[in-house]
Amino acid sequence: MYKLKFPLLLLGLALPAAALAQSAEEKGLEIATAAKAYDQGFTDFTANMVMTLKNKSGRTSKRQIRIRTLEVEGDGDKSLSIFDEPADVKGTKMLTYSHGLEPDDQWLYLPALKKVKRISSRNKSGPFMGSTFAFEDLGSQEVEKYTYKYLRDEPCGELSCYVIERYPAYKFSGYTRQIAWIDTAGYRLVKAEFYDRKKSLLKTLTAGDFQQYLGHYWRPGTMDMVNHQTGKSTLLEWQEYEFKTGLTERDFRSQTLKRIK
Amino acid sequence: MRPALVCFAVLLLSTSARAEFSGNVALELQSFGEAAQFDEQFDDNLTFSFKPKLDGEWNNGDDLWSLELFLRADNEDAGREHADVREALWLHVAGDNEWRLGVNTMFWGVTESQHLVDVINQIDQVEGIDGEDKLGQPMVHLKRYQDWGVIDLLVLPGFRERTFQQREGRLRTPLVVDTDQADYESSREDSHIDYALRFSQTYGDLDLGVSWFKGTSREPLLLPGLDDKGAPVLIPFYEQMAQLGVDAQLISEDWIWRLEFIHRAAESNDYSAYTAGFEYTFYGIMQTAVDLGMLLEYSADDRPEGEAGAFDNDVFLGTRFAFNDAQSSEILAGFVIDTENGSRTFRVEGNRRFGTSWKGTLELQTFSSIDDDDVLAAFAQDDFVLLEMAYYF
Repeated sequence: MYKLKFPLLLLGLALPAAALAQSAEEKGLEIATAAKAYDQGFTDFTANMVMTLKNKSGRTSKRQIRIRTLEVEGDGDKSLSIFDEPADVKGTKMLTYSHGLEPDDQWLYLPALKKVKRISSRNKSGPFMGSTFAFEDLGSQEVEKYTYKYLRDEPCGELSCYVIERYPAYKFSGYTRQIAWIDTAGYRLVKAEFYDRKKSLLKTLTAGDFQQYLGHYWRPGTMDMVNHQTGKSTLLEWQEYEFKTGLTERDFRSQTLKRIK
Repeated sequence: MRPALVCFAVLLLSTSARAEFSGNVALELQSFGEAAQFDEQFDDNLTFSFKPKLDGEWNNGDDLWSLELFLRADNEDAGREHADVREALWLHVAGDNEWRLGVNTMFWGVTESQHLVDVINQIDQVEGIDGEDKLGQPMVHLKRYQDWGVIDLLVLPGFRERTFQQREGRLRTPLVVDTDQADYESSREDSHIDYALRFSQTYGDLDLGVSWFKGTSREPLLLPGLDDKGAPVLIPFYEQMAQLGVDAQLISEDWIWRLEFIHRAAESNDYSAYTAGFEYTFYGIMQTAVDLGMLLEYSADDRPEGEAGAFDNDVFLGTRFAFNDAQSSEILAGFVIDTENGSRTFRVEGNRRFGTSWKGTLELQTFSSIDDDDVLAAFAQDDFVLLEMAYYF
């Protein structure tokens, strides 16, 4: 009897403390979960993306890509990228079934060979189309892709932001951690810093020109990713966002890649 | 043929809501290092190619049409100068069914070093010996999506003869192939109607295809004969055949495993052949963005020596560099080694973009220690360098 008393006493002290003071990890996860929940129900969207690559000496090159995305409940989204520019890759299409912690399923249609090729997607840290964006920076945001830690609240431009740290759970990620600035009203990712495998600052993402669609969903008009180590940067300009366009699973089949315009 | 094509294009342009024009023009310089084995063959050659494509859609994308032509002008090599309709197609989507009517070019299979399963289109051999340039095939094609897989059903009226280098061309057989005398096993000759059926499905990381083809073989037997002047030539003879094909690809992290297998039954031969191997990729080598892929494939063919193709008992060893840079630079280099007679071919191909619309390709191909009895013996002095500049629009 006497033995039990001490642990009970401890428990009695610990319980209210835990209920009152959420740990930084719990708060981080709570914010990420709320951000995901806020964005749920968009069903599908299409958009045009103009990508401008800039090297250290300021030389630029442009890509034009049309994006179609289908929300998948309980898994990562399905997405289709159709390349319009540069001309030599025109007609190339990439289909991705993204998954939280598993490698994505990915197919590429190569118009010169008229061949649909399943490709390995385990390397999500590789550059997308020679840009400073990695595949993992553009993939669908799933809560389980990271563990989290809340740092602080602070103003970010005209908005006020949660600042949270994210640690990739995917074992082949190119990052050890990211610091994300997420606005408290609409969960917009306003800014992010990416730290490489050697833990030094690699890239900074700044998003702006946000627009609200269907009276709810926020999407950035611009995303600028600067690589501090190479001096290269890439600007994404998003145009003609449309939501709930009626896309279905049928529009995201590997075998339809060849015919999609 | 030509007026019909123009009518087709005009009709489609006038009925379609939207039409798009794209394609490329290219200049190609090919230079052979060694003197030719046969008198009339050229040493250096500058050629021009044009590949325009027009396409459009109506009915909210449920009906599509496309027209793709290919043209090569070649002043040294008359056998290579040719034009072809790669695509002239109407595609209709009706729920889970897709109908294709017209001329089309398609690709089946997964292996890199040769394409055994891919038998729908004839090879445009004067464009390249790798089997990746193909002639358009007339077809009625139904593709049906089911939960358990995709079914392709093809009816193929009209046969296309393989193209062969003529007297002046390099990379040719010692005796010229006289395509004017092409002969057929079927009494219907080139109007025999062929059939093909394919099942394909993805099971997690595995992609599987099983196909069946019955009709005129795309690969002719080359039989000795005489031309109209009484000179010895080779005469292509197209047999009837039935072929079962299986292709599979499995992705497992950095490994991609690939297999193609065929069993072909024809009058001259009943045989099996396969190509199997893998690709392993090192991502971001030496702290750069460069990916390095290592490829190994083995090919076997159980036809007797001399009757088998170039890949009768051969190992393909290759490396692929993807630079992941703004110019999309790539290098693919590989050896094919015949494990029985030691004949080796080596090929390296690199390409990159220049500016926004140009693409340059440099290719080097060598044939070394070629055994006199090997199928490639006629190419033994045909090592070449090829430079191509293409403008895309």
